[in-house]
Order: sequence, then structure tokens, then C-alpha cells
Amino acid sequence: MRKVAIYGKGGIGKSTTTQNTVAGLAEMGRKVMVVGCDPKADSTRLLLGGLAQKSVLDTLREEGEDVELDDIRKPSFGGSWSVESGGPEPGVGCAGRGIITSINMLEALGAYDEREGLDYAFYDVLGDVVCGGFAMPIRDGKAEEIYIVCSGEMMAMYAANNICKGIMKYAQSGSVRLGGLICNSRNVDNEREMIIELAKRLGTQMIYFVPRHNDVQRAEINRKTVIEWQPDCSQADEYRGLAKAIDDNKMFVVPKPLAIEELEQLLLDYGLLAA
Amino acid sequence: MGKAQRTKQWDPVQVKEQLLAKYPAKVARKRAKQILINEARENTTPEITANVRTIPGIITMRGCTYAGCKGVILGPTSDIVNLVHGPIGCSFYAWLTRRNQTSASGEHGENFMTYALSTDMQESDIIFGGEKKLAAAIQEAYDLFHPKSIAVFATCPVGLIGDDIHAVARTMKEKFGDCNVFAFSCEGYKGVSQSAGHHIANNQIFRHVVGTGKKQRSEQFRINLLGEYNIGGDGFEIDRILTKCGITNIATFSGNSTYDQFATANQADLSCVMCHRSINYVADMLETKYGIPWIKVNFIGAAATAKSLRKIGDYFQDAELSARIESVVAEELPSVEVQRQQVLPRTTGKTAMLFVGGSRAHHYQELFKELGMKTISAGYEFAHRDDYEGRHVIPGLKVDADSRNIEEIEVQPDPHLYHPRKSPEQLAQLQQDGMAFKEYDGLIADMDERTLVIDDLNQYEAEKLVELLKPDLFCAGIKEKYSIQKLGVPMKQLHSYDSGGPYAGFHGAVNFYREIDRLVNSRVWGYLKAPWQEHPELSATYVWE
Repeated sequence: MRKVAIYGKGGIGKSTTTQNTVAGLAEMGRKVMVVGCDPKADSTRLLLGGLAQKSVLDTLREEGEDVELDDIRKPSFGGSWSVESGGPEPGVGCAGRGIITSINMLEALGAYDEREGLDYAFYDVLGDVVCGGFAMPIRDGKAEEIYIVCSGEMMAMYAANNICKGIMKYAQSGSVRLGGLICNSRNVDNEREMIIELAKRLGTQMIYFVPRHNDVQRAEINRKTVIEWQPDCSQADEYRGLAKAIDDNKMFVVPKPLAIEELEQLLLDYGLLAA
Repeated sequence: MGKAQRTKQWDPVQVKEQLLAKYPAKVARKRAKQILINEARENTTPEITANVRTIPGIITMRGCTYAGCKGVILGPTSDIVNLVHGPIGCSFYAWLTRRNQTSASGEHGENFMTYALSTDMQESDIIFGGEKKLAAAIQEAYDLFHPKSIAVFATCPVGLIGDDIHAVARTMKEKFGDCNVFAFSCEGYKGVSQSAGHHIANNQIFRHVVGTGKKQRSEQFRINLLGEYNIGGDGFEIDRILTKCGITNIATFSGNSTYDQFATANQADLSCVMCHRSINYVADMLETKYGIPWIKVNFIGAAATAKSLRKIGDYFQDAELSARIESVVAEELPSVEVQRQQVLPRTTGKTAMLFVGGSRAHHYQELFKELGMKTISAGYEFAHRDDYEGRHVIPGLKVDADSRNIEEIEVQPDPHLYHPRKSPEQLAQLQQDGMAFKEYDGLIADMDERTLVIDDLNQYEAEKLVELLKPDLFCAGIKEKYSIQKLGVPMKQLHSYDSGGPYAGFHGAVNFYREIDRLVNSRVWGYLKAPWQEHPELSATYVWE
């Protein structure tokens, strides 16, 4: 089983990209479990066709000790499993601790056991790596390969670089590696070239360039992944392409984060000055 | 063995070197500033480093901020319900560990000291926040006891997840109407020692309780006793003597205290500070806000007790009171003296080490002096520089990130309740006659030359000191108790008094003389040999042989 975590700046499209990619993998016949690690519990909406399920932490709170795997894991598109970690309301408690607790609970319940026959476990993680809890998927070998969703916008690249720092820290003590950058295009000038160069500097690859397309929005409005909503559209093929790229990926590295000056220079070279 | 001989046997410079020898260079450099060889200098006291972070890796004798707030200051109050917001261990292990006694003198004889109340936080409370559980626990405590007041204490995780305990307390207080609910942000990690917790506790008592009492106090000679925690009944003995002298103790902070005592503390005419460290700032605030002057007193030691009583008498400038104090001293002191003379031949020349608190390591030297014993090394766990060097260093104290973390309350004279107890002229006259207001000389000044003053002593240094100097008695707390005794040296707990006390006042002095005589003259330590120390090699035969 490959254990994959998707990180990236808040609002960059991690959940959308993850679910559409998972749909692509499911279509290829892969058995996938998605674990949403966002307290809002909205990381599996497209695969499930709505926000229909109880989170691990809600279940844990209400049921106490007596929790079964089927209470927290729901079948979703293409034979995939969807799980939401859940967490507290904004501004109270400790969401990071929640992620740690729910991943431990999934393990204890055997969600990752061989008998489940999983090819992939995907972790969709909230925003930046803000504290230990949010780094949980990349600690202790919970996730072994990381993909960072980014775009050619400065803050997205800045966040990607920061996440690489987190990966580097845990790569030294564990097995986690960076699998590549996924460029979720925002139609920024020279975006493809800039991300290819950023990936190169980080010692990794841009594994796929996902063009911007309104079909993604349309599918979301229908609570579906693009592949489910309109299997024949061009954007569906893009996600199939991303799924295949991940499935075929052999390049796993310990990233080399950039110094802030270097990152800014990259933006100047490809972005502002080139425009 | 004479005392002069004994002191000549060791060289403090060498001892200090040996204490530091095993440390890595950087640690040794830091510790060197906290180990001071007491030397008189011209017009100055040697400077010691205190109230700084313990170096990681060192097994310190200190406690945490929560321990200082909940355990030390609020623990001894009898009719305030103490509710701990946190996992159960923080509550259980801070429950009844200090041997504070109470006479349950509140209005309805309440005594909540024996209860351990906790919100018993579970993992889901950490994740989802514990405010609702706290509100429910406050309600439960209120329904059970209908107390005048409920105090809520934050433990470490509460600070990490950001539960707003003050907002919960405020809401519940408004809801009840007849119960003062207030909270303490005393997370264990907050300061370098328990001293930060004392500060947080005292600030909140001052802010939420002092001055709110309706009862009018009209007794003639009214004092507050600050920094006396009624360990082993010390406060009872002090109160007995004060009452006998005709002095009314309005509020003790906080031994055997009640809510109403705190609430009417503003009606005292003099604050008497026992433990300077834990509470001198409250004495200052009482003066600024209500006009109550303060003096330093010490009721540990018979002579010191007499001296402190006379000091109080002098302040009130009442011939009758002074005469009564003299007659009490004349009545009590002779029998204490008889006891002292009995043990003196056996205790004279013995040596002691004291590492306790922020004042006990100083006060108890009085009693040892009365026993003819010499304190060869002493220090505090959580004191600041002024407790060692005297209050005059306060303006020059370095404010660092840790001390800045602890709130300082700014107080103004209360528009209704402020009235200066003495006119500036009266105060000046009293000072001219030798009354020292707001003054404390610190421990260093009272210790002999070439003794060792050590701040924040740790397990390793304690054992090393005992090994090098072989004192006849070592005084510290429960954490040190058995490691010291295993070295064959008697050990007296001066935080909780083992099972003894009171040691304050006149009766206390007698108790202490007997106890110390028993400890330093017991021959039991001579028998303390493990079998392998006597017969290093074991021999045996197989059963079939």
C-alpha cells in the first residue's frame, strides 16, 4: 500500500485535486482510502456526493470506546473509502491533537490492514504544517510520499517551500519523501516554467500541470468529481493523467528547501521581470 | 566537636569547585553564578543569580507554577472550593500534600480542603475544548457545597488549547449571584519556578476578593499576617500568641484562611510579612490601595517571635498593648528557655544545611542558632535576588522574558477605602525610632562568612554537598528526603515538617528543639550499612553439597 499525503497552501485546491485524482485512480481499478484531515470535514464531499458522514472524532465522542470501522468509514466513488477526521469548532480545542487521535484510531481499528486490500491511503491535510498535529501524517511513517499542490502565485510557492522544510525534518528520522509538485494552474504568466524550475531547485519534479477549467466548478456544484460528473470532458482526462503520473511515479526525494531570497529571485526571473 | 574546628575543616572555594567539577563547561559557568561563597564586602552584599530557568538535565528541587498557585497559596484556604481544570493527575498529586491545617473557622464551619475536585479532562476535551465541561463542573461544585467562592486552576493543556477559563468563571459567577467564581491562569510551564504561581494566585485574590467584605471590623489592634501557611499548625500557634497579646489577626494569607478573612483584609491597620518571597507584592498593594503599612516579621524561633511581637507593639504605640506583649513574652519565654537549655549541650556545634522555599531557609536559621547549631550552607528553591540580598536590589532586578510573563497589577488608592493608617510624620517618627517599614535584608546578611549560599540546589549537588561536608542535619522537602537519608544523614522536611509541628512561636520552638535533638543525636544512622558494605563478598554452597 502506498501512503500519500497532499499538502499545500490553504485554498489552493488540495481537496478538489485529491478527490479528482482518487477518482482517476479508482477508475484504474486501484483501491483507495481517503482520510480528510481538516476539522471542517469537507475533504470527501465530492467522492461521497455530499457531506453525509460523521467524522472519526464525532463518533469517538459520542460512542466512546465502542467504535467500529464501519461507523467512521463510508464507501464512496469507484469503490473507494472515505474517512473524515473532523475536529473542533474554529477557535476552540486542539485540531492537531484531533488528527493524531483519529489516525491512531484508524490504525487501531485496522483500516490499513492487509485484509482491506488497499493500494493507496490518501491524507488530505489542512493548509500549512502549523503544528505537530498537522504534521502527523508525515511523522511515524503514516504517509510515505507527499505531493504539494501549488500554483504560480507567490504565497502558494512560499507555502510549498515551507512544507518542504517540514518534510526535510521528518525525512531525516523517517521514511517520508517528496513525490513532486502538482501545479493547479491559476493562469499566472510563465506558470508551468516557473513551477518546473521551483521543483528542480527543490530537487523534485512537477509531476503534473492541471490546467484551469470551469468544469471543475461545475462538477463541484453537483457534488461530484469531474470524472464522475462528465467522464468525457477534457478536464476528466487531465485528472486521469495526474492519477497515472502518481501511479507510475518512481521519483521520491528528500527536498532541499530554498532560502527566501532564492525563492524571491525565482519569482522575479520568471514572473515579474519576464512579464 | 567544637564549631570552630568544624568550619576550619573545609574550604568553601574547594567545595564550590568540586560541586561544579562534573558539569559541562557551560552548565558549570551558569551554576557558578548561583553558588555563592558568603564574603563580607565593603558596604555591599555579594550578588547571586536567582529566579532563572533551571538548566535542562538538572534534577531541580523546584515545583511548577500550578503547584505554587493551587498547592501553596489557595491550598490552605478552608472555604473556597478549589477546582482543577485538567487531567486528573494534576489534581490528585496536588491534593493535601502540604500538611496545611485548618480549624474550619468559616461562617458555617466549611472545610473543603479534604476534597480533590477536577474536571478530569479526557482526550476529547483536549480536542474539542473543555469549557463546557468546566462550566458543568463549576455547577456541580456549586450544587454540592453552595460555597462562597469557587477557584478554578488551569493546568498545562488548558493553556495549550486556549480554554477561556476566566470567561467561564465570569459567566458562572453572574449566574449564581451568591458565589464568587474566579480563575487562575497558572499553567505549570508559566514561570521558572513555583514563585510565578504564588504571584498569579495572590494577584487574583487581591483583584477578586480583598476589599469586598461587608463585615465591619472594630477590634483595637488589627493586623494581617502575610505569607504564613499553617503547616503543621504554625498559624494556630501564632494566632494563640497574638490573641493572648490582644492583637486581632484579620486575615492570614493563606494558612487556615477563609474567604471572609481575605475579603476584609483591607480593614487591618498593619500587614506583617512572614514569607517575603511569596507575598511581599501583596503587602505593597495593600499599602498603595488601602493605606496599610507593612513590616517584616518572623515567628520562627522564640527570640524572633518575641522580637516580632514587640515590633507590632511598637507600631501601634499603645502602652497597654506593649505591656501585655511584655507580660506574654515574660510568661512564655522562660519555659522555652528551660527546654532549650536541656538540649543545648547535645546540639551545640552540630551543623545544618537548609534548602527550602523562599523564606524558610532563612527563618529556620534562627532556631538553629538557638540550638547552638551552625548553618553551613543554605539556599532557596524559588527565591529572587532580593530574598538573598535584601529589598534594596529590587530596582536593579533584571526583567527577563520569564518574569515579564507574570502579570504585575497596577493599583491606585481606593477612592472609598483608602485611608493612611499613620500620618507621614508618625511614620517618620517610627522610622527614626528604629521601625523598619517595607524592609527585608535577605538571607545572605544573616549567614556567617565563608558559608555557601546556593540557589536552586539540585539532586546531584545536594548529594555532593552531603558527601563533602557531612552535615549533622539536612533540611529540604519530600523529594530530597530519602536520597539524603540513604547517605546516612538525618533529614528534616521543612516544607511539610514530616509529621511534626507546629514549629512557629513559643510552643513551636520547643517542638523544634526536641525534634532536632532527636534527629541529630540518634545513633540509628550509624547502623545504616548495607550487607555488602560489611561483607563485600558473598559465599554460599549448593544445596546438594
